[in-house]
Amino acid sequence: MSATTAAPMTLDISGTAPTPFTRLLRTELRKTYDTRSGLWLLISIGIVTALVMVIQVSVAIAQDIQVSYNDFLTSTTFSIGFLLPVLGILLLTSEWSQRTAMVSFSLEPRRAHVIAAKLVVGVLFAVAAVVVTLLLAALCTAAFNAISDIPADWDFGIKRTSFFLLLQVIGMLTGFAFAALLLNSPAAIVVYFAYSFILPTIFGIGAELIGWFADIHPWIDFNNAQVPLIDGSVTGEEWAQLLVSGVIWLVIPLSVGIWRVLRAEVK
Amino acid sequence: MIEVQGLTRTYGTFTAVDDISFSCVPGTVTGFLGPNGAGKTTTMRIMVGLTPPTSGRVTIGGHLYKDIPNPGRHVGVLLDASAQHAGRTGREILELGAATMGLPDSRVDEMLELVSLTPTEAKRRLRNYSLGMKQRLGIAHALLGDPSVLILDEPANGLDPAGIRWMRGLLKGYAERGGTVLLSSHLLHEVEQIADEMILIGNGKIVAQGDKKSLLAGAAKGGGVHCFVTALDNAALAAALTAKGITVASAGEGLRVEAEPVEVGRTALEAGVVLTDLRGGEGGLEDLFLELTAETQREAVS
Repeated sequence: MSATTAAPMTLDISGTAPTPFTRLLRTELRKTYDTRSGLWLLISIGIVTALVMVIQVSVAIAQDIQVSYNDFLTSTTFSIGFLLPVLGILLLTSEWSQRTAMVSFSLEPRRAHVIAAKLVVGVLFAVAAVVVTLLLAALCTAAFNAISDIPADWDFGIKRTSFFLLLQVIGMLTGFAFAALLLNSPAAIVVYFAYSFILPTIFGIGAELIGWFADIHPWIDFNNAQVPLIDGSVTGEEWAQLLVSGVIWLVIPLSVGIWRVLRAEVK
Repeated sequence: MIEVQGLTRTYGTFTAVDDISFSCVPGTVTGFLGPNGAGKTTTMRIMVGLTPPTSGRVTIGGHLYKDIPNPGRHVGVLLDASAQHAGRTGREILELGAATMGLPDSRVDEMLELVSLTPTEAKRRLRNYSLGMKQRLGIAHALLGDPSVLILDEPANGLDPAGIRWMRGLLKGYAERGGTVLLSSHLLHEVEQIADEMILIGNGKIVAQGDKKSLLAGAAKGGGVHCFVTALDNAALAAALTAKGITVASAGEGLRVEAEPVEVGRTALEAGVVLTDLRGGEGGLEDLFLELTAETQREAVS
């Protein structure tokens, strides 16, 4: 560079395109499996889901109990039912525990785009988990049908499949919401488990003892409101209860959490 | 290129950065110097939008950082070399960065080569990296997008002497090609050989700025002149100097005298004292640095 051509004092940004969302989505997806811990979380979700079903089918065959395709999906409460929310939590909190948020947000200062990419990745994993679960359940039902003397019950419609998908997406999003609120992996996981295992009991006792609480209970207990989805039939009032309790436990924490992430000082 | 205007950041009653203004010019390396906790990192974090300022603003090339599309292509940032996932390999960290910026993986190979990380080292996970290797990786990450501005926080931290020399050459070359570099350090000798312009910060305030010469000149004007002297008879020399109204203090084997060396030499001649060592206060910038930031030092400066 010659001395006469002074370097410009401004940056010419006219030729630079903003980072497209698909690119953020690809990197966020890649971040979920490019570490040993991330990869093993995904693998173990698959293994645990398969294991629960294998145990279920073995017990059913050994004891001549009738099982249905639907039973195999219900048993995922003990596998993807609580591992997907954990995945949803770690998607976000790992950026804080590993302090990579500093890099992510300096490469893409539009933080909302990064968070949205993470949310979409979470939903994609919920969908993938459902697809794998449906396949595994079909395999187990077929195995039961072949080995046991009792014919298997294949009854499961589009409606129940979509309810099942909705349940898993809600679970993942609830984890994500708590994560956004707390930005700390252990805290978010503990709070999530307290919310899904301890809180329903407390709500139940409250409804037993206090008259007026029994009336509002169905409207504020999000766990309870999801039961009709598991059972496969939801009335109009139950949809309303799902919506109202969902605003309390999912929409509000998620909104406050994201609002916080967008403004927080990233260290 | 980097324009800091009236920048302030407070945390409750604590003021981390107190109304600072400075600018960095293309083709130069600007050293941002101050003791630990002086506000360097906070200032740099505000520059790249990670910390919101309480008041004031920073523009880079005329834009707020958040308004720069795909900013990695314009501004290379290294704030903390350890702020990367410990379970990722060095190469994966760079590939993620390249993917976000929309760069081919071949760029990753070029950068690894540039910072002398071997392919074997690049395959290791970050938790197995020494601080020096993390710094090299961080510099590679900052340079990935071929930016025209570099913002580096303590980049020499953890580098061995050969590494520091390497980095000096790298950044000088980068500035000579028209780039703008802002780097921070709490170690003066790291900065004074590389920076064209220096900004000294203490307690959140800029205490001095300019090139090395003007800083030293400013210090001399401020009456900070002194020298170190050792004589066969220190007591006699001290007495002779004190008699002339010059402040003398004992320092190690000899004396620290608040006067020009020529004055001390003349006094020694008159008093007939043999000098064994006489040095001007050419600890220079070091002393200036300590003096200017004295109030903010954790250790008292003697």
